Amino acid sequence: MHFIVAFFLIQYVASSMKHTDQAPKWDNFFKYARYYVLALIAIYYIARQPDMFNWVWNLSLLGLLWFFHKEEDFKPIRSTAQSIVPFVGVSMLSDFLELVFPKFHKSYDDIFGMVILFAWIFCFVIWFYARKQQKVLAQERRDRLRDEEIAKEQKQSLEYLVAERTHELTQQKEELQKAIEELKATQNQLIQSEKMASLGELTAGIAHEIQNPLNFVNNFSEVSVELCQELEEEVDKTAIDDNDKDYIKGIIADLSQNQQKITHHGKRADSIVKGMLQHSRASSGEKEPVDVNALADEYMRLAYHGLRAKDKEFNAALTTDFDTTIGTVNVLPQDLGRVFLNLFTNAFYAVAEKKRKLTEAGQLGDYKPEVKISTKKFDNKLYIRVSDNGTGMPEHVKAKIFQPFFTTKPTGQGTGLGLSMSYDIITNGHGGVLEVDTVDGEKTEFRITIPIA
Amino acid sequence: MKILVVDDEEDVKSLFEQKFRREIRGGQFEFSFAFSGEEALEYMHNHPSEVVMILSDINMPGMSGIELLKRIRTDHPSAPPQVMMITAYGDAANHDQAMQLGADDFLTKPVNFNELKEKLLLL
Repeated sequence: MHFIVAFFLIQYVASSMKHTDQAPKWDNFFKYARYYVLALIAIYYIARQPDMFNWVWNLSLLGLLWFFHKEEDFKPIRSTAQSIVPFVGVSMLSDFLELVFPKFHKSYDDIFGMVILFAWIFCFVIWFYARKQQKVLAQERRDRLRDEEIAKEQKQSLEYLVAERTHELTQQKEELQKAIEELKATQNQLIQSEKMASLGELTAGIAHEIQNPLNFVNNFSEVSVELCQELEEEVDKTAIDDNDKDYIKGIIADLSQNQQKITHHGKRADSIVKGMLQHSRASSGEKEPVDVNALADEYMRLAYHGLRAKDKEFNAALTTDFDTTIGTVNVLPQDLGRVFLNLFTNAFYAVAEKKRKLTEAGQLGDYKPEVKISTKKFDNKLYIRVSDNGTGMPEHVKAKIFQPFFTTKPTGQGTGLGLSMSYDIITNGHGGVLEVDTVDGEKTEFRITIPIA
Repeated sequence: MKILVVDDEEDVKSLFEQKFRREIRGGQFEFSFAFSGEEALEYMHNHPSEVVMILSDINMPGMSGIELLKRIRTDHPSAPPQVMMITAYGDAANHDQAMQLGADDFLTKPVNFNELKEKLLLL
């Protein structure tokens, strides 16, 4: 009986200790305890089951109990281990009575045996119960571990989500910042184009105001030339000395020449004013037969002189290759004029920029700015090409040139509306195509194709 | 031939006088000048049936050339003078309106005096 109690007690304690951190520390102790118990039972049978052996068992059990009680590591199983106390107590009492009052013990032998048996069963009931509880605890521990595992996974996935969201938000923020910058730029350009629009109106007004006095200048200088002729005729009629006559005539000739110069330059100013008026005048919206070659030539010169007016140093070779068989084509002259003006202005700007950059870099070499226009009529289509050997465009610029408000010129120099307007005029206004070919740093070519029915 | 020139620019007077010096000297043309539409009407009232030809600017402060033309055509139905309109705005709308109101001719500035002279001599 004692052997079973001791053996199972050790077994139980050892198995419950297995789950704790202190298990290795006590491994040896349990091993020796088992050997000891086995040795005791062996000795007991070898010694032919002496009665006093119960004392050895009881003391051993008490020692075990005391040991478990003493060591802090066994705290969790202490209460269960104590379940053997009644068994050991009753057993010891029984043995003691047997030793001291053998007679008394004898008469109650059955009762003692029964009580010991109950105490013994009590031990195992307690152990069985404790074992069950232990299993529940272990299950709970496993569940908790699993829960922790799940929680950990969830935490990780949450952290991943947060990181992802943070990344998204950062990206969005950057996009928004970019959008704001673009908006700001667009706003600046809008203000700029608004200024340009009012400048256009102003130009028209100024042109009209200049036109009238200019007419007088031209008319008076013209009539003065005629007067000079009359004067010369009158001088001939008079009887003045020939030398004096020649002198007077010389003065008259100079005067006449001066007047002619005034007329000449007045006419120049007149044609500039006319150009300004034509450019600022709203489109009539009606197609009319137009000599496209003459129109292109006129606007090429207008753009060239426009740039010359700003930059006296500027010059470029203007090469024209006109198809003289074109004759007149039904187009919107003012609109097409604007397209020409834009394309030529850009072309001249591109060659001027290239020249400036090369000069700055000291690599001008034999670079000669050149702007070309060629026209061709073929298969009921009108082909116009405007090309330059200027700065060209990188791919990302080329992709955006027809967008409204896109410009590469410094603020105040371009509205970013020229090419988008040109595109609109060619595609929507004439049902044609406006394409661009460019090599960055080398050249640009705009191709207009307009169907002529 | 008596010609009345109506223009708010006073320099027109000396310009015409110089341009048509020979003709004026030769007695072919006789120019009178009015510097507003109102002045022109007054002149015509004071010199009835004298003026053969009127050259009028359209854009003038006060009465415009078009209004003047209207008045002339309603006030002087008998012995109507020839009216030639001159304007800086050579657009179709102006031209059509002037012709509709009974203008005999329409010129745009700057005036080509040789052409004008020929036209006047043909009358």
